Amino acid sequence: MLKRYNINRDILTLSAILIIIPFFFQNDFYYEIAIVSLLNALICIGLNMLMGYAGQVSLGHGAFAGLGGYIAVILGSKYGITPLFSIFIAVVTMSLFAFIISKPILRLKGHYLAMATLGIGIIISIVLNVEDELTGGSDGMSVDSFTIFGYEFVDSLQWYMLCSFLLVFTIWMFSNLIDSPFGRVLRSIEGSEKAANSVGINVSHYKSIVFVISVVIATIAGSLYAFFSGFISPSEASFSHSIELVVMVVLGGLGRIYGAIIGAVILTILPQLLTSFEDYQTLIYGSIIIFVMIFMPKGIASVYEDVKGRLFASNK
Amino acid sequence: MLQINSVTKQFGGIKAVDDFTCRVKKGHIHSIIGPNGAGKTTLVNMITGVYRVDSGTIFLDGADITNISTDKLVYRGICRTFQNLEICGNLTVLENVLLGFDKYMDKGLLKSCFRAKSILDDEKRYTDRAKHLLGLIGLEDLADKKAENLSYGILKKLEIVRALGTSPELILLDEPVAGLNPKETQEISDLIRTVVADEVTIILVEHDMKMVMQVSDYITVMNFGKKLAEGTPDEIVNNQDVIRAYLGSGVVC
Repeated sequence: MLKRYNINRDILTLSAILIIIPFFFQNDFYYEIAIVSLLNALICIGLNMLMGYAGQVSLGHGAFAGLGGYIAVILGSKYGITPLFSIFIAVVTMSLFAFIISKPILRLKGHYLAMATLGIGIIISIVLNVEDELTGGSDGMSVDSFTIFGYEFVDSLQWYMLCSFLLVFTIWMFSNLIDSPFGRVLRSIEGSEKAANSVGINVSHYKSIVFVISVVIATIAGSLYAFFSGFISPSEASFSHSIELVVMVVLGGLGRIYGAIIGAVILTILPQLLTSFEDYQTLIYGSIIIFVMIFMPKGIASVYEDVKGRLFASNK
Repeated sequence: MLQINSVTKQFGGIKAVDDFTCRVKKGHIHSIIGPNGAGKTTLVNMITGVYRVDSGTIFLDGADITNISTDKLVYRGICRTFQNLEICGNLTVLENVLLGFDKYMDKGLLKSCFRAKSILDDEKRYTDRAKHLLGLIGLEDLADKKAENLSYGILKKLEIVRALGTSPELILLDEPVAGLNPKETQEISDLIRTVVADEVTIILVEHDMKMVMQVSDYITVMNFGKKLAEGTPDEIVNNQDVIRAYLGSGVVC
Protein backbone atom coordinates (compact mmCIF):
# COMPACT_ATOMS: atom_id res chain seq x y z
CA MET A 1 0.00 0.00 0.00
CA LEU A 2 2.73 2.46 1.03
CA LYS A 3 4.81 1.47 -1.94
CA ARG A 4 1.89 1.56 -4.34
CA TYR A 5 1.32 5.22 -3.46
CA ASN A 6 4.99 6.06 -3.06
CA ILE A 7 4.77 7.06 0.60
CA ASN A 8 8.45 6.77 1.36
CA ARG A 9 10.77 7.47 4.26
CA ASP A 10 11.59 11.00 3.11
CA ILE A 11 8.01 12.18 3.04
CA LEU A 12 7.23 10.57 6.43
CA THR A 13 10.30 12.23 7.93
CA LEU A 14 9.24 15.60 6.60
CA SER A 15 5.71 15.17 7.99
CA ALA A 16 7.12 14.17 11.37
CA ILE A 17 9.38 17.23 11.47
CA LEU A 18 6.51 19.53 10.53
CA ILE A 19 4.37 18.06 13.31
CA ILE A 20 7.09 18.28 15.96
CA ILE A 21 8.55 21.76 15.47
CA PRO A 22 5.51 23.79 16.61
CA PHE A 23 6.20 22.46 20.12
CA PHE A 24 9.39 24.52 20.11
CA PHE A 25 7.68 27.73 18.99
CA GLN A 26 7.72 30.32 21.77
CA ASN A 27 5.50 32.97 20.20
CA ASP A 28 3.63 34.04 17.09
CA PHE A 29 6.78 35.36 15.48
CA TYR A 30 8.14 31.80 15.18
CA TYR A 31 4.93 30.76 13.47
CA GLU A 32 5.17 33.65 11.09
CA ILE A 33 8.70 32.75 10.02
CA ALA A 34 7.70 29.10 9.67
CA ILE A 35 4.68 29.92 7.51
CA VAL A 36 6.67 32.23 5.25
CA SER A 37 9.30 29.49 4.93
CA LEU A 38 6.64 26.96 4.00
CA LEU A 39 5.08 29.23 1.37
CA ASN A 40 8.48 30.08 -0.11
CA ALA A 41 9.29 26.37 -0.17
CA LEU A 42 6.06 25.79 -2.06
CA ILE A 43 7.03 28.28 -4.78
CA CYS A 44 10.52 26.78 -4.89
CA ILE A 45 9.16 23.30 -5.56
CA GLY A 46 7.48 24.56 -8.71
CA LEU A 47 10.48 26.67 -9.68
CA ASN A 48 12.76 23.69 -9.10
CA MET A 49 10.64 21.62 -11.46
CA LEU A 50 11.16 24.28 -14.10
CA MET A 51 14.84 25.00 -13.42
CA GLY A 52 16.20 21.79 -11.97
CA TYR A 53 14.28 19.23 -13.98
CA ALA A 54 13.29 20.89 -17.24
CA GLY A 55 16.39 23.12 -17.24
CA GLN A 56 14.60 26.42 -17.93
CA VAL A 57 15.50 29.45 -15.82
CA SER A 58 12.96 32.02 -14.62
CA LEU A 59 13.74 35.33 -12.95
CA GLY A 60 10.07 36.25 -12.80
CA HIS A 61 8.51 33.90 -10.29
CA GLY A 62 8.36 36.45 -7.49
CA ALA A 63 6.37 38.68 -9.84
CA PHE A 64 4.08 35.82 -10.84
CA ALA A 65 3.43 34.99 -7.20
CA GLY A 66 2.77 38.67 -6.46
CA LEU A 67 0.47 39.18 -9.43
CA GLY A 68 -1.44 36.00 -8.56
CA GLY A 69 -1.80 37.26 -5.00
CA TYR A 70 -3.07 40.64 -6.19
CA ILE A 71 -5.67 39.04 -8.47
CA ALA A 72 -7.02 36.93 -5.60
CA VAL A 73 -7.03 39.88 -3.18
CA ILE A 74 -8.67 42.35 -5.59
CA LEU A 75 -11.39 39.85 -6.49
CA GLY A 76 -12.11 39.46 -2.80
CA SER A 77 -12.03 43.11 -1.73
CA LYS A 78 -13.59 44.79 -4.79
CA TYR A 79 -16.03 42.12 -5.92
CA GLY A 80 -16.77 40.30 -2.68
CA ILE A 81 -15.77 36.87 -3.94
CA THR A 82 -14.94 34.31 -1.24
CA PRO A 83 -11.17 33.76 -0.73
CA LEU A 84 -11.10 30.14 -1.89
CA PHE A 85 -12.98 30.94 -5.08
CA SER A 86 -10.93 34.06 -5.76
CA ILE A 87 -7.73 32.01 -5.44
CA PHE A 88 -9.25 29.56 -7.88
CA ILE A 89 -9.96 32.36 -10.38
CA ALA A 90 -6.44 33.73 -9.85
CA VAL A 91 -5.02 30.28 -10.63
CA VAL A 92 -7.07 29.98 -13.82
CA THR A 93 -6.13 33.51 -14.94
CA MET A 94 -2.45 33.08 -14.15
CA SER A 95 -2.25 29.71 -15.89
CA LEU A 96 -3.75 31.24 -19.02
CA PHE A 97 -1.34 34.15 -18.74
CA ALA A 98 1.60 31.77 -18.23
CA PHE A 99 0.54 29.58 -21.13
CA ILE A 100 0.32 32.54 -23.49
CA ILE A 101 3.68 34.07 -22.55
CA SER A 102 5.36 30.64 -22.42
CA LYS A 103 4.95 30.10 -26.17
CA PRO A 104 7.24 32.93 -27.27
CA ILE A 105 9.62 33.18 -24.31
CA LEU A 106 10.41 29.48 -23.90
CA ARG A 107 11.80 29.47 -27.42
CA LEU A 108 14.68 31.39 -25.87
CA LYS A 109 17.50 29.65 -24.08
CA GLY A 110 19.93 30.39 -21.24
CA HIS A 111 20.70 34.05 -20.70
CA TYR A 112 18.07 35.22 -23.16
CA LEU A 113 15.34 33.30 -21.37
CA ALA A 114 16.56 34.77 -18.08
CA MET A 115 16.35 38.26 -19.61
CA ALA A 116 12.84 37.68 -20.97
CA THR A 117 11.45 36.41 -17.65
CA LEU A 118 13.25 39.23 -15.86
CA GLY A 119 11.63 41.74 -18.20
CA ILE A 120 8.15 40.34 -17.69
CA GLY A 121 8.69 40.32 -13.94
CA ILE A 122 9.73 43.97 -13.94
CA ILE A 123 6.76 44.96 -16.11
CA ILE A 124 4.40 43.22 -13.68
CA SER A 125 6.06 45.00 -10.78
CA ILE A 126 5.72 48.41 -12.49
CA VAL A 127 2.07 47.81 -13.38
CA LEU A 128 1.27 46.89 -9.77
CA ASN A 129 2.96 50.08 -8.59
CA VAL A 130 1.28 52.38 -11.08
CA GLU A 131 -2.28 51.05 -11.18
CA ASP A 132 -3.02 52.52 -7.76
CA GLU A 133 -6.80 52.59 -8.21
CA LEU A 134 -6.84 48.81 -8.27
CA THR A 135 -3.74 47.92 -6.31
CA GLY A 136 -3.27 50.79 -3.89
CA GLY A 137 0.06 51.58 -5.57
CA SER A 138 3.30 51.33 -3.67
CA ASP A 139 1.49 51.57 -0.32
CA GLY A 140 -0.12 48.22 -0.95
CA MET A 141 -3.55 47.24 0.30
CA SER A 142 -5.02 45.44 3.25
CA VAL A 143 -6.56 42.01 2.80
CA ASP A 144 -9.67 40.49 4.35
CA SER A 145 -9.32 37.42 6.53
CA PHE A 146 -9.12 34.00 4.97
CA THR A 147 -12.02 31.58 5.15
CA ILE A 148 -12.65 28.13 3.75
CA PHE A 149 -16.39 27.40 3.47
CA GLY A 150 -17.10 29.89 6.25
CA TYR A 151 -14.38 28.52 8.53
CA GLU A 152 -12.16 31.45 9.42
CA PHE A 153 -8.39 31.21 9.72
CA VAL A 154 -7.44 33.44 12.62
CA ASP A 155 -4.62 31.95 14.63
CA SER A 156 -1.16 31.03 13.41
CA LEU A 157 -1.43 27.33 14.19
CA GLN A 158 -4.28 26.96 11.70
CA TRP A 159 -2.20 28.66 9.04
CA TYR A 160 0.80 26.58 9.92
CA MET A 161 -1.20 23.38 9.54
CA LEU A 162 -2.76 24.47 6.26
CA CYS A 163 0.60 25.38 4.74
CA SER A 164 2.31 22.24 6.06
CA PHE A 165 -0.40 20.04 4.61
CA LEU A 166 -0.19 21.85 1.28
CA LEU A 167 3.59 21.48 1.19
CA VAL A 168 3.60 17.75 1.99
CA PHE A 169 0.82 17.11 -0.50
CA THR A 170 2.60 19.07 -3.24
CA ILE A 171 5.86 17.26 -2.61
CA TRP A 172 4.09 13.94 -2.78
CA MET A 173 2.48 14.80 -6.12
CA PHE A 174 5.71 16.28 -7.38
CA SER A 175 7.79 13.18 -6.59
CA ASN A 176 5.18 10.98 -8.25
CA LEU A 177 5.33 13.19 -11.31
CA ILE A 178 9.12 13.11 -11.48
CA ASP A 179 9.10 9.31 -11.16
CA SER A 180 6.61 8.91 -14.00
CA PRO A 181 7.22 8.88 -17.77
CA PHE A 182 6.18 12.54 -17.72
CA GLY A 183 9.04 13.30 -15.34
CA ARG A 184 11.46 11.38 -17.49
CA VAL A 185 10.45 13.56 -20.42
CA LEU A 186 11.24 16.67 -18.35
CA ARG A 187 14.64 15.35 -17.34
CA SER A 188 15.39 14.35 -20.93
CA ILE A 189 14.74 17.95 -22.01
CA GLU A 190 17.46 19.07 -19.64
CA GLY A 191 19.72 16.28 -20.90
CA SER A 192 19.30 16.88 -24.61
CA GLU A 193 16.42 18.60 -26.36
CA LYS A 194 17.49 17.10 -29.67
CA ALA A 195 17.38 13.59 -28.25
CA ALA A 196 13.94 14.18 -26.75
CA ASN A 197 12.71 15.59 -30.04
CA SER A 198 14.09 12.63 -31.98
CA VAL A 199 11.94 10.12 -30.08
CA GLY A 200 8.74 12.04 -30.71
CA ILE A 201 8.62 14.45 -27.79
CA ASN A 202 7.17 17.88 -28.51
CA VAL A 203 9.69 19.75 -26.39
CA SER A 204 8.06 23.19 -26.41
CA HIS A 205 4.72 21.67 -25.35
CA TYR A 206 6.29 20.14 -22.24
CA LYS A 207 8.22 23.29 -21.41
CA SER A 208 4.93 25.20 -21.51
CA ILE A 209 3.19 22.70 -19.24
CA VAL A 210 5.95 22.86 -16.64
CA PHE A 211 6.07 26.63 -16.81
CA VAL A 212 2.30 26.78 -16.24
CA ILE A 213 2.51 24.32 -13.32
CA SER A 214 5.24 26.37 -11.65
CA VAL A 215 3.26 29.60 -12.10
CA VAL A 216 0.12 27.95 -10.68
CA ILE A 217 2.03 26.88 -7.56
CA ALA A 218 3.50 30.39 -7.24
CA THR A 219 0.01 31.90 -7.55
CA ILE A 220 -1.38 29.68 -4.80
CA ALA A 221 1.53 30.46 -2.48
CA GLY A 222 1.43 34.18 -3.32
CA SER A 223 -2.31 34.42 -2.62
CA LEU A 224 -2.03 32.50 0.63
CA TYR A 225 0.78 34.76 1.75
CA ALA A 226 -1.38 37.84 1.10
CA PHE A 227 -4.29 36.38 3.07
CA PHE A 228 -2.00 35.26 5.87
CA SER A 229 -0.22 38.58 6.33
CA GLY A 230 -3.43 40.56 5.82
CA PHE A 231 -1.55 42.91 3.55
CA ILE A 232 -0.12 42.93 0.05
CA SER A 233 2.30 45.36 -1.56
CA PRO A 234 4.24 45.45 -4.83
CA SER A 235 7.38 44.39 -2.96
CA GLU A 236 6.03 40.80 -3.09
CA ALA A 237 6.31 41.05 -6.86
CA SER A 238 9.68 42.79 -6.86
CA PHE A 239 12.75 41.74 -8.73
CA SER A 240 14.61 41.01 -5.50
CA HIS A 241 11.93 38.52 -4.42
CA SER A 242 12.29 36.71 -7.77
CA ILE A 243 16.04 36.55 -7.34
CA GLU A 244 15.64 35.35 -3.78
CA LEU A 245 13.51 32.43 -4.98
CA VAL A 246 16.09 31.44 -7.60
CA VAL A 247 18.85 31.59 -4.99
CA MET A 248 16.77 29.36 -2.68
CA VAL A 249 16.44 26.72 -5.39
CA VAL A 250 20.11 26.84 -6.39
CA LEU A 251 21.38 26.96 -2.81
CA GLY A 252 19.20 24.03 -1.80
CA GLY A 253 20.14 22.00 -4.84
CA LEU A 254 18.84 22.11 -8.40
CA GLY A 255 16.94 19.00 -9.38
CA ARG A 256 16.63 17.79 -5.79
CA ILE A 257 13.11 17.70 -4.45
CA TYR A 258 14.03 18.42 -0.85
CA GLY A 259 16.72 20.88 -1.87
CA ALA A 260 14.07 23.49 -2.63
CA ILE A 261 12.68 23.20 0.90
CA ILE A 262 16.08 23.36 2.55
CA GLY A 263 17.00 26.44 0.51
CA ALA A 264 13.70 28.18 1.24
CA VAL A 265 13.84 27.51 4.96
CA ILE A 266 17.46 28.58 5.35
CA LEU A 267 17.13 31.77 3.31
CA THR A 268 13.95 32.76 5.14
CA ILE A 269 15.37 32.16 8.60
CA LEU A 270 18.91 33.40 8.00
CA PRO A 271 18.13 37.14 7.83
CA GLN A 272 16.20 36.83 11.13
CA LEU A 273 19.14 35.09 12.82
CA LEU A 274 21.54 37.71 11.54
CA THR A 275 19.60 40.76 12.78
CA SER A 276 21.82 40.90 15.87
CA PHE A 277 24.77 41.72 13.62
CA GLU A 278 22.97 44.92 12.63
CA ASP A 279 25.12 46.80 10.10
CA TYR A 280 26.98 43.70 9.01
CA GLN A 281 23.83 41.65 8.38
CA THR A 282 23.86 41.83 4.59
CA LEU A 283 27.59 41.27 4.43
CA ILE A 284 27.39 38.07 6.46
CA TYR A 285 24.29 36.92 4.59
CA GLY A 286 26.09 37.35 1.26
CA SER A 287 29.26 35.65 2.50
CA ILE A 288 27.35 32.62 3.70
CA ILE A 289 25.69 32.21 0.31
CA ILE A 290 29.01 32.60 -1.52
CA PHE A 291 30.71 30.03 0.72
CA VAL A 292 27.90 27.53 0.33
CA MET A 293 28.05 27.85 -3.44
CA ILE A 294 31.85 27.48 -3.51
CA PHE A 295 32.01 24.43 -1.27
CA MET A 296 28.68 22.82 -2.20
CA PRO A 297 28.19 23.72 -5.85
CA LYS A 298 25.39 21.20 -6.24
CA GLY A 299 23.51 22.63 -3.29
CA ILE A 300 23.04 21.77 0.34
CA ALA A 301 20.84 18.73 -0.43
CA SER A 302 23.74 17.15 -2.33
CA VAL A 303 25.83 17.09 0.83
CA TYR A 304 23.17 15.01 2.56
CA GLU A 305 23.19 12.61 -0.40
CA ASP A 306 26.99 12.35 -0.31
CA VAL A 307 26.97 11.59 3.39
CA LYS A 308 24.24 9.00 2.93
CA GLY A 309 26.18 7.47 0.03
CA ARG A 310 29.37 7.23 2.09
CA LEU A 311 27.60 5.70 5.07
CA PHE A 312 26.06 2.97 2.94
CA ALA A 313 29.34 2.40 1.14
CA SER A 314 31.22 1.94 4.44
CA ASN A 315 28.60 -0.54 5.64
CA LYS A 316 29.51 -2.82 2.75
CA MET B 1 9.32 3.49 -49.54
CA LEU B 2 10.93 6.92 -49.27
CA GLN B 3 10.86 9.14 -52.30
CA ILE B 4 12.87 12.36 -52.40
CA ASN B 5 11.89 14.56 -55.34
CA SER B 6 14.32 17.28 -56.41
CA VAL B 7 14.77 18.85 -52.97
CA THR B 8 16.86 21.99 -52.61
CA LYS B 9 18.23 23.73 -49.54
CA GLN B 10 20.09 26.98 -49.68
CA PHE B 11 22.12 28.66 -46.91
CA GLY B 12 22.85 32.23 -47.93
CA GLY B 13 24.31 31.93 -51.42
CA ILE B 14 25.37 28.31 -51.05
CA LYS B 15 23.19 25.49 -52.26
CA ALA B 16 23.88 22.79 -49.67
CA VAL B 17 21.54 20.39 -51.41
CA ASP B 18 20.73 21.14 -55.04
CA ASP B 19 17.85 19.48 -56.87
CA PHE B 20 18.45 16.10 -55.27
CA THR B 21 16.29 13.14 -56.21
CA CYS B 22 16.49 9.68 -54.73
CA ARG B 23 14.39 6.60 -53.93
CA VAL B 24 14.91 4.33 -50.98
CA LYS B 25 13.51 0.80 -51.29
CA LYS B 26 11.79 -0.94 -48.41
CA GLY B 27 14.06 -3.20 -46.36
CA HIS B 28 17.23 -1.79 -47.91
CA ILE B 29 20.26 -0.45 -46.15
CA HIS B 30 20.74 2.61 -48.32
CA SER B 31 23.98 4.48 -47.80
CA ILE B 32 24.61 8.08 -48.68
CA ILE B 33 28.28 8.91 -49.06
CA GLY B 34 30.29 11.83 -50.32
CA PRO B 35 33.18 14.11 -49.37
CA ASN B 36 32.85 16.46 -46.40
CA GLY B 37 30.44 19.29 -47.12
CA ALA B 38 28.63 17.35 -49.83
CA GLY B 39 25.28 17.97 -48.12
CA LYS B 40 24.63 14.57 -46.57
CA THR B 41 23.70 15.76 -43.08
CA THR B 42 21.68 18.63 -44.58
CA LEU B 43 19.72 16.02 -46.51
CA VAL B 44 19.09 14.00 -43.34
CA ASN B 45 18.00 17.18 -41.59
CA MET B 46 15.54 17.94 -44.37
CA ILE B 47 14.05 14.43 -44.34
CA THR B 48 13.61 14.59 -40.56
CA GLY B 49 12.08 18.06 -40.57
CA VAL B 50 14.93 19.87 -38.79
CA TYR B 51 15.42 22.16 -41.80
CA ARG B 52 12.62 23.41 -44.01
CA VAL B 53 12.90 22.28 -47.60
CA ASP B 54 13.26 25.28 -49.96
CA SER B 55 11.74 23.39 -52.87
CA GLY B 56 10.91 19.80 -53.73
CA THR B 57 8.91 17.12 -51.95
CA ILE B 58 9.50 14.06 -49.77
CA PHE B 59 7.05 11.15 -49.74
CA LEU B 60 6.89 8.21 -47.35
CA ASP B 61 4.86 5.29 -48.69
CA GLY B 62 2.91 7.66 -50.90
CA ALA B 63 2.16 10.21 -48.15
CA ASP B 64 3.65 13.69 -48.31
CA ILE B 65 5.95 14.25 -45.32
CA THR B 66 7.73 17.37 -46.54
CA ASN B 67 8.45 19.81 -43.68
CA ILE B 68 6.73 17.76 -40.98
CA SER B 69 8.49 18.29 -37.63
CA THR B 70 10.84 15.67 -36.18
CA ASP B 71 8.60 14.70 -33.27
CA LYS B 72 5.54 14.17 -35.49
CA LEU B 73 7.59 12.09 -37.95
CA VAL B 74 8.32 9.63 -35.14
CA TYR B 75 4.61 8.83 -35.13
CA ARG B 76 4.83 8.24 -38.90
CA GLY B 77 7.62 5.72 -38.33
CA ILE B 78 10.76 7.76 -39.01
CA CYS B 79 13.50 8.03 -36.41
CA ARG B 80 17.09 9.20 -36.52
CA THR B 81 20.40 9.23 -34.67
CA PHE B 82 22.88 12.08 -34.63
CA GLN B 83 26.36 12.70 -35.95
CA ASN B 84 27.27 14.40 -32.67
CA LEU B 85 26.00 12.14 -29.93
CA GLU B 86 22.67 13.22 -28.45
CA ILE B 87 22.21 11.19 -25.29
CA CYS B 88 20.68 12.42 -22.06
CA GLY B 89 23.70 12.19 -19.77
CA ASN B 90 21.59 12.98 -16.71
CA LEU B 91 19.49 9.82 -17.23
CA THR B 92 20.51 6.22 -16.68
CA VAL B 93 21.21 3.90 -19.59
CA LEU B 94 17.86 2.19 -19.06
CA GLU B 95 16.00 5.50 -18.92
CA ASN B 96 17.59 6.55 -22.19
CA VAL B 97 16.22 3.43 -23.83
CA LEU B 98 12.84 3.91 -22.14
CA LEU B 99 12.74 7.33 -23.73
CA GLY B 100 12.54 5.53 -27.05
CA PHE B 101 9.23 3.99 -25.96
CA ASP B 102 7.93 7.36 -24.88
CA LYS B 103 5.41 7.67 -27.69
CA TYR B 104 3.53 4.62 -26.41
CA MET B 105 3.37 5.72 -22.78
CA ASP B 106 0.53 7.34 -20.91
CA LYS B 107 1.70 10.74 -19.64
CA GLY B 108 -1.53 12.24 -18.28
CA LEU B 109 -0.64 14.95 -15.79
CA LEU B 110 -3.12 14.12 -13.04
CA LYS B 111 -2.70 10.39 -13.52
CA SER B 112 1.07 10.85 -13.11
CA CYS B 113 0.64 12.95 -9.96
CA PHE B 114 -1.58 10.35 -8.33
CA ARG B 115 0.24 7.26 -9.58
CA ALA B 116 -2.65 5.82 -11.58
CA LYS B 117 -2.41 2.12 -12.29
CA SER B 118 -2.13 2.66 -16.05
CA ILE B 119 1.04 4.72 -15.53
CA LEU B 120 2.70 2.09 -13.35
CA ASP B 121 1.67 -0.74 -15.71
CA ASP B 122 3.08 1.10 -18.72
CA GLU B 123 6.32 1.74 -16.91
CA LYS B 124 6.71 -1.93 -16.00
CA ARG B 125 5.81 -3.22 -19.45
CA TYR B 126 8.20 -0.94 -21.29
CA THR B 127 10.98 -1.43 -18.73
CA ASP B 128 10.90 -5.13 -19.62
CA ARG B 129 11.07 -4.32 -23.31
CA ALA B 130 13.84 -1.77 -22.81
CA LYS B 131 15.87 -4.36 -20.88
CA HIS B 132 15.36 -6.79 -23.73
CA LEU B 133 16.78 -4.23 -26.17
CA LEU B 134 19.73 -3.57 -23.87
CA GLY B 135 20.34 -7.31 -23.82
CA LEU B 136 20.76 -7.29 -27.59
CA ILE B 137 23.79 -5.03 -27.29
CA GLY B 138 25.04 -6.64 -24.08
CA LEU B 139 24.46 -3.65 -21.83
CA GLU B 140 22.10 -5.16 -19.23
CA ASP B 141 24.75 -4.81 -16.54
CA LEU B 142 25.09 -1.09 -17.16
CA ALA B 143 21.33 -0.42 -17.11
CA ASP B 144 21.39 1.65 -13.92
CA LYS B 145 24.58 3.59 -14.66
CA LYS B 146 24.31 7.27 -15.51
CA ALA B 147 24.80 7.63 -19.27
CA GLU B 148 27.33 10.45 -18.84
CA ASN B 149 29.78 8.02 -17.22
CA LEU B 150 29.96 5.67 -20.19
CA SER B 151 32.32 5.55 -23.14
CA TYR B 152 31.61 7.11 -26.51
CA GLY B 153 31.40 3.73 -28.24
CA ILE B 154 28.73 2.43 -25.89
CA LEU B 155 26.69 5.61 -26.21
CA LYS B 156 26.76 5.36 -30.01
CA LYS B 157 25.14 1.93 -29.68
CA LEU B 158 22.74 3.22 -27.07
CA GLU B 159 21.54 5.89 -29.47
CA ILE B 160 20.64 3.28 -32.10
CA VAL B 161 18.86 1.15 -29.53
CA ARG B 162 16.89 4.17 -28.28
CA ALA B 163 15.76 4.84 -31.83
CA LEU B 164 14.64 1.20 -32.11
CA GLY B 165 12.32 1.74 -29.15
CA THR B 166 10.11 3.94 -31.31
CA SER B 167 9.66 0.88 -33.60
CA PRO B 168 10.44 2.86 -36.73
CA GLU B 169 9.93 1.70 -40.31
CA LEU B 170 12.70 3.96 -41.49
CA ILE B 171 15.73 4.88 -39.44
CA LEU B 172 18.36 7.43 -40.42
CA LEU B 173 21.82 6.85 -38.99
CA ASP B 174 24.04 9.91 -39.30
CA GLU B 175 27.65 8.70 -39.07
CA PRO B 176 27.08 5.93 -36.50
CA VAL B 177 30.73 4.83 -36.43
CA ALA B 178 32.49 8.21 -36.63
CA GLY B 179 35.35 8.23 -34.14
CA LEU B 180 35.08 4.57 -33.22
CA ASN B 181 37.86 1.99 -33.29
CA PRO B 182 37.71 -0.99 -35.71
CA LYS B 183 36.29 -3.36 -33.11
CA GLU B 184 33.49 -0.98 -32.14
CA THR B 185 32.82 -0.27 -35.81
CA GLN B 186 32.40 -3.98 -36.42
CA GLU B 187 29.99 -4.23 -33.49
CA ILE B 188 27.85 -1.43 -34.85
CA SER B 189 27.91 -3.00 -38.34
CA ASP B 190 26.69 -6.25 -36.84
CA LEU B 191 24.02 -4.43 -34.87
CA ILE B 192 22.82 -2.67 -38.00
CA ARG B 193 22.79 -5.79 -40.11
CA THR B 194 21.29 -8.28 -37.71
CA VAL B 195 19.01 -6.43 -35.37
CA VAL B 196 18.00 -3.40 -37.29
CA ALA B 197 17.78 -4.49 -40.89
CA ASP B 198 15.42 -7.37 -40.17
CA GLU B 199 12.50 -5.09 -39.66
CA VAL B 200 13.40 -1.61 -40.80
CA THR B 201 14.72 0.33 -43.74
CA ILE B 202 17.93 2.22 -43.07
CA ILE B 203 19.46 5.34 -44.51
CA LEU B 204 23.10 5.35 -43.53
CA VAL B 205 25.33 8.40 -43.80
CA GLU B 206 28.92 7.38 -43.20
CA HIS B 207 32.54 8.09 -44.14
CA ASP B 208 33.93 4.68 -43.20
CA MET B 209 34.06 3.11 -46.68
CA LYS B 210 34.89 -0.37 -45.49
CA MET B 211 31.77 -0.41 -43.36
CA VAL B 212 29.60 1.16 -46.05
CA MET B 213 30.67 -1.42 -48.62
CA GLN B 214 30.10 -4.19 -46.11
CA VAL B 215 26.56 -3.39 -45.04
CA SER B 216 24.94 -1.45 -47.88
CA ASP B 217 22.40 -2.80 -50.34
CA TYR B 218 22.48 0.38 -52.36
CA ILE B 219 24.63 3.52 -52.35
CA THR B 220 24.02 7.11 -53.44
CA VAL B 221 27.06 9.34 -53.80
CA MET B 222 26.70 13.09 -53.29
CA ASN B 223 29.07 15.86 -54.24
CA PHE B 224 28.47 19.62 -53.91
CA GLY B 225 24.82 19.01 -53.03
CA LYS B 226 24.09 17.03 -56.17
CA LYS B 227 23.78 13.33 -56.86
CA LEU B 228 27.01 12.10 -58.42
CA ALA B 229 26.24 8.43 -58.82
CA GLU B 230 24.15 5.60 -57.45
CA GLY B 231 24.22 1.85 -57.57
CA THR B 232 25.19 -1.29 -55.72
CA PRO B 233 28.47 -1.25 -53.79
CA ASP B 234 30.26 -3.00 -56.67
CA GLU B 235 29.07 -0.47 -59.22
CA ILE B 236 30.11 2.43 -57.01
CA VAL B 237 33.63 1.13 -56.39
CA ASN B 238 34.25 1.08 -60.12
CA ASN B 239 32.55 4.35 -60.99
CA GLN B 240 35.03 6.83 -62.53
CA ASP B 241 33.11 9.94 -61.35
CA VAL B 242 33.20 8.72 -57.78
CA ILE B 243 36.89 7.94 -57.87
CA ARG B 244 37.52 11.41 -59.28
CA ALA B 245 35.47 13.11 -56.57
CA TYR B 246 37.32 11.34 -53.79
CA LEU B 247 40.84 11.37 -55.19
CA GLY B 248 40.82 14.58 -57.22
CA SER B 249 40.45 15.02 -60.97
CA GLY B 250 44.11 15.64 -61.77
CA VAL B 251 45.19 12.12 -60.92
CA VAL B 252 46.11 9.99 -63.90
CA CYS B 253 46.71 6.38 -63.04
